Amino acid sequence: MQIEFTLNDQPTVWDVSPDEFLADTLRKHGFLSIRKGCNTSCCGLCTVWIDGKPTLSCTALSFRMQGKSVTTIEGVAEEAAEFARILVAEGAEQCGFCSPGFIMTVLALKHELAAPTEEEIVHYLTGNLCRCTGYMGQMRAVKTYLGVTQR
Amino acid sequence: MRKLVGKGVPKIDGMAIATGKPAYTEDLVVANALVVKILRSPHAFARITFIDVAKAAALKGVECVLTYQDVPKQRFTLAGQSYPEPSPYDRLILDDMVRYVGDEVAIVAAVDERTALAAIDLIQVEYEIFEPVVDFETAIGHPSVVHPEEDLHCNFDIGMKKDQNIVSSQRVESGNVEEELSQCDFVVEETFYTQANAQCMMETYRAFNYLDHMGRLVVVSSTQVPFHAKRMLARALKMPAGKIRVIKPRIGGGFGGKQSSCVEIFTAAVTLKTGKPAILVYDREETFTCTTSRHAMRLKVTLGADKDGYIRVVDIHGLSDTGAYGEHASTVFMVAGEKTLPLYNQTKAVRFMGNVVYTNKMPAGAFRGYGATQGTFALESAVNLLAEKMGVDPAELRLKNIAKEGEPFRGFKGGILESSALNRCIETGKEMIGWAVKYPRRSVSETKVRGIGMAVTMQGSGIANIDTASAEVRLNDNGDFTLLVGSTDMGTGSDTILAQMAAEVLEVSLDQIIVHAADTDVSPFDPGSYASSTTYVTGMAVVRAAQDLKQQILEEGAKFLQVSPEEVAFNGHTVRMTGTDKMISLKKLAERLVVGPVHRQLVGNSTYGSPVSPPPFIAGFAEVEVDKETGKVELLDYVAVVDCGTVINPHLARIQTEGGIVQGIGMALYEDVRVDSKGKLLSNSFMQYKIPCRKDIGTVRVAFKESFEPTGPFGAKSVGEVVINTPAPAIAAAVYNAVGVRITQLPITPEKVFMGLQKNSTRS
Repeated sequence: MQIEFTLNDQPTVWDVSPDEFLADTLRKHGFLSIRKGCNTSCCGLCTVWIDGKPTLSCTALSFRMQGKSVTTIEGVAEEAAEFARILVAEGAEQCGFCSPGFIMTVLALKHELAAPTEEEIVHYLTGNLCRCTGYMGQMRAVKTYLGVTQR
Repeated sequence: MRKLVGKGVPKIDGMAIATGKPAYTEDLVVANALVVKILRSPHAFARITFIDVAKAAALKGVECVLTYQDVPKQRFTLAGQSYPEPSPYDRLILDDMVRYVGDEVAIVAAVDERTALAAIDLIQVEYEIFEPVVDFETAIGHPSVVHPEEDLHCNFDIGMKKDQNIVSSQRVESGNVEEELSQCDFVVEETFYTQANAQCMMETYRAFNYLDHMGRLVVVSSTQVPFHAKRMLARALKMPAGKIRVIKPRIGGGFGGKQSSCVEIFTAAVTLKTGKPAILVYDREETFTCTTSRHAMRLKVTLGADKDGYIRVVDIHGLSDTGAYGEHASTVFMVAGEKTLPLYNQTKAVRFMGNVVYTNKMPAGAFRGYGATQGTFALESAVNLLAEKMGVDPAELRLKNIAKEGEPFRGFKGGILESSALNRCIETGKEMIGWAVKYPRRSVSETKVRGIGMAVTMQGSGIANIDTASAEVRLNDNGDFTLLVGSTDMGTGSDTILAQMAAEVLEVSLDQIIVHAADTDVSPFDPGSYASSTTYVTGMAVVRAAQDLKQQILEEGAKFLQVSPEEVAFNGHTVRMTGTDKMISLKKLAERLVVGPVHRQLVGNSTYGSPVSPPPFIAGFAEVEVDKETGKVELLDYVAVVDCGTVINPHLARIQTEGGIVQGIGMALYEDVRVDSKGKLLSNSFMQYKIPCRKDIGTVRVAFKESFEPTGPFGAKSVGEVVINTPAPAIAAAVYNAVGVRITQLPITPEKVFMGLQKNSTRS
């Protein structure tokens, strides 16, 4: 079936099958920043924005993107790089496999919450798992990025 | 004054991988690769009596269906270890015997995933089902023998008695344990259980391969061990190793899991059969179900101490569960003793003995810590118990008994322990956690109590006398350098820290070093990144290769200036005759050497292996809050103070430590590989197998106390594995100190704490 939607601000028309998930569709079209880590909506690796909200693309059916706006990290390259520089300065990207999904959630957090507390930050990011860093370095990077005073 | 070593420079690949650029195995797959899927056994132990693939093979789009009748019959091991491997050759690519739920029955390759999965459903199999060996404590002498086959092969005598399901039987001892125990004023004995854990790297297992223009098999794999993978494939497929090339792109985490080559053999079999490229990507369920986990163990510890406060006896009797195949069976068990018996240095008798057994469950394999983690939980829990019995502070007991710098060291067979800051780590950790005021407990409300506890640990740095790494540094035509190594940066940042070392020696900037790793056609030999070896072993090879190249630059520069090498100095930009203006720039020199009249491209070389494996140390301290009504344990604060020798990159070492501590917290509190009574895995997703999320870990704080290891590059030891060992025993001690419940069986769940509280209240 054919869907018309906006992808990274570009009007897009794609053919998708009815049982196809957005993560697979995006990868098939070369958006290789999309990673799948669990297939059970647990890990956050595949996070993209649908109409500006961070959403797990591994369990979002592609046909439901009809009329919606989808944003991947490729579509917010400059903003992503700004935070990535801080993350990398901390060494907190480690293997990097979960970083694109994590960064998409961090950027959404910044758009959504003004002056968040540490608890709000942790709560917002809890759905993004990371097995390498132990989260502390990511937290330092997020606080630097948001201008939250370090404890 | 060092310019790069000791600096927290960003990883050289950091920006690309953080922002999602294509760099991992699946991102690089060649066009039109066949999709490979595996039909797996639903039974824990059975023999295939009938298999019919005709319908599957006839399905449009299916290119190849392979069963045990279609693959070479040469037993091998998936354990990526240096040859000759100590793991038994007990696997076939496909076997008519299936030994765990998930064992491979057939390989299917089709034009797409949908077709491959449809074909899997069309394969008909009949099994003769046997009683599986599920509980590892019943494995020895069980009526079912997991590996009855006659052609199973061991490269060494590892004490295998396969008719009794024993893979390896071990005994190491020094002194007379029974006699010394009888002299001890304090003796404690306790049995501990450590559970199987899943590595849970975020990038699951995957590989693709194709035949190149010379008909060679090119394997691109998310592997920690390209050279070992090549050798394993050659053996299993009965083909010359020279016909195989293994390329490792960026790796999305490994943690030891990717030391076992779980998927490459299946894509390779398909490509050799069809001549077409093939890819296999395990999803999370397959990764949980059909790869490897940490070896579960039972460890009975007996400690003896005298009235002067010295630990005189350490005696550990163990049983380890290797599951259906023997990957890393004998060595993980051995390390549980090797990294615990030498920790306390006033002992008169020590012993480590026991068995590793086969069961009908997913095989165990390598996982960060590699037995030291299991051994440390048992030993350190027992030391905390001993301190209580002796009525001494557990920190003081450790300070009095640990091996100290300059002492003869059991871990080096009596050689000198050249570097240790463990005593300083303990002192610093006590201050950071607030030991003096918080030990052992504080009530914070009617129902909640806080307690603190501690543990110490050691690991190794590479495998002494076995791990051997080579490195090359090449001066390129434009005056920059290519550093070629075969180690495998899996997110650790090893490519970056090796570049830091090379740049430091050559006195050049980091961006003048291009790092290439790893491709078995191009890279110099390296066992791969495991056993905490890369900083220490490969690092030393890099330092020596860079020194070799620097000497050659001096010689060639001097030749051009028509003076002797002793009269010139190289500052990273120019070779200059000391005290004069006579000089040649590196760029000009490189041009003359490589493309100009000299005809001699300079390459620095080194091959390095160490006769010792110097231990990094950690002192870990945990503060927990226990809810007496529910048994819930909340970790509030964790302090880890690390001696990894010289810290090459403080940012990367800190992240490694924080990550390892949190993985250890997962082992302590949450993570548990569980099977049902028939051997079927119950924890096959992140919904059943809980790894820590941001809310589960409290605060983790890390500090470094440097020692200087004379055999290491710039004084460095390792950091990758030692970081996972302390959380389980330190948190268990904190829980005990808070509420008097001693958990001896991991993980420390609310149920176990609650039941312990109930038992204590009935008793009192």
